[in-house]
Amino acid sequence: MSVIERTAPVFDLPGVDGRNHTLEEYADAPVLVLIQSCNHCPYVLAWEDRINDLAREYAERGVKFVAINSNDAEAYPQDSFEAMVDHAREAGYVFDYLYDESQEVARALGSERTPECFVYDADRRLVYHGAVDDNRDEREVTRHYLRDAIEAALAGEAPPVAETPPVGCSVKYRS
Amino acid sequence: MRIELLYWEGCPSYPEAKELLEEVLRERGIEAPIEMREVRTQEEAVALRFPGSPTIRIDGRDVDPIGAESTPALTCRIYRSSDGRVSPIPTRTQLEEALAR
Repeated sequence: MSVIERTAPVFDLPGVDGRNHTLEEYADAPVLVLIQSCNHCPYVLAWEDRINDLAREYAERGVKFVAINSNDAEAYPQDSFEAMVDHAREAGYVFDYLYDESQEVARALGSERTPECFVYDADRRLVYHGAVDDNRDEREVTRHYLRDAIEAALAGEAPPVAETPPVGCSVKYRS
Repeated sequence: MRIELLYWEGCPSYPEAKELLEEVLRERGIEAPIEMREVRTQEEAVALRFPGSPTIRIDGRDVDPIGAESTPALTCRIYRSSDGRVSPIPTRTQLEEALAR
């Protein structure tokens, strides 16, 4: 298993909106949610509407969601930057979707799966790492890990669950 | 009846797919074994016409004939239920219909 960094990694990555985004850019957000993601994984496709809904819901409280795709696009052309632009538009993403072509951010995060969530408090300390919730079928969800972590971080408290196993496709690292 | 489950270790969904398949087989009183076959390389994926993990074939026919036409690749396969939901494994209905063919 990868070692998960306890602070948010510094990054400067191109987004599907045509400009670069940095960690500093989100400095005012009381909570920052980084999500290791991609275009082609069925687990991402199963969860992305819920992620989008959470991003929309918490935007008014200043919470920022940032999805990062680090997959090797040479081996998986569906995860190319061009495909990201198309996918974000088609899926109606309301959050920034960034391309980590060098895979440095994924390695810094210690990501293994897509989707995999990292929730940081105002000091950018990791307060939750893992899955969005406990079931990829929205109708069967009983535990809302990501939502609970955001609420706790906004209240300045520790989340009820700080770590869950992320469920999803493997991050496609170059060998 | 020949039942094959082709899988790639890089995708975590095949144990769940196997479990569901076993359940459906049990319910229907089918005792044929499930032949598990690991696909390890892109070359194998092409040779086996493997569109992603998991792929289930009943007597050589894919349980999702439309998805079976996808480009062979070492990837997680996408299944869609009748209501449009995305899933990494076939639906129970897809398995039942494939077994009834």
